[in-house]
Amino acid sequence: MTECPECGYKLELKDMEQGEIFSCKDCGVELELFSLEPPVVKLAPEEEEDWGE
Amino acid sequence: MHIGMLYSRIRLEEKWLLEAARKRDIQVTKIKDDDVHFELDSHNGKDWEKLDVVLERCISHSRAFYALRFFEQYGIPTVNRFEVCRMCGDKALTSLALASNKIPTPRTSIVFSRDAALDVMEKMGYPVVMKPVVGSWGRLMAKIETREMAESILEHKSVLGNYLHSIFYIQEYIEKPQRDIRTFVLGDEVIAGIYRNSKHWITNTALGATVSNCPLDDELNELSLRAAKAVGGGAIAIDLMEVEGGYTVNEVNYTMEFKNSVEPTGVDIPAKFIDYIVSVAKS
Repeated sequence: MTECPECGYKLELKDMEQGEIFSCKDCGVELELFSLEPPVVKLAPEEEEDWGE
Repeated sequence: MHIGMLYSRIRLEEKWLLEAARKRDIQVTKIKDDDVHFELDSHNGKDWEKLDVVLERCISHSRAFYALRFFEQYGIPTVNRFEVCRMCGDKALTSLALASNKIPTPRTSIVFSRDAALDVMEKMGYPVVMKPVVGSWGRLMAKIETREMAESILEHKSVLGNYLHSIFYIQEYIEKPQRDIRTFVLGDEVIAGIYRNSKHWITNTALGATVSNCPLDDELNELSLRAAKAVGGGAIAIDLMEVEGGYTVNEVNYTMEFKNSVEPTGVDIPAKFIDYIVSVAKS
């Protein structure tokens, strides 16, 4: 369990992968699970110009 | 079997790929592109010798480009290969590869100056499409209907900053039946096809297009395989448009996204993808 860095919502991190991208259920901001142990969540990086397929 | 997965972020696709590998008892080492440190002649202490293959899943083309070249240098097979990334990551190179293999593709010009761009557009006839040579997800694409629009967009491009915006990739506009087609190629097989439906002229799912299954006819199958081969082959997603008398290949993608395509096609794309990666490692 950790908090959304944007709104403080308590985030449940069950069955997640390190590096996984997900949205905060409360404020909707895009987050990245930076570390599982200890649980660290950061705001996901902004899209850059060379991103894609 | 031991796969290294080079990634930027674990999106649904990467999660599915990890699950598919683990179901087959394949060991996967996740390699976050933020953390890699390449040396010219060594793995810099990383235990990459044990990897049978590296699956590249970077979001950033430039990171994928350099990383794949380093893995190639180290003698580690990759999906896709560096050369495929180089070809597909640059729309001008992709268009040249398609043309040299006589694969139907929209008429395309590359020019380097504002005046030459205006000249080409006048000759091609409006509307035309202008795309960044490097870019994806429909970003910064412009459908230009008049000379006035062209002048404005060229002015905007001149202040965007990245030098690549002064390489003008101009293409004839193809009228689509409110959809285009994406096919998924793994090696010598086209495993699935989807329609990307949108009333907008840009039909990327990243911009809200809906997805439905596209049955693969012989022509679609053959054209997809030829297009994949033209850029070097591998795990490739081909974007095609329906035109009178057949299809034209619009774009070719080397880090395929498929999260919206599994359900409508009924094809277990991640499972087939992992099987393909294993076959590359074994070969």
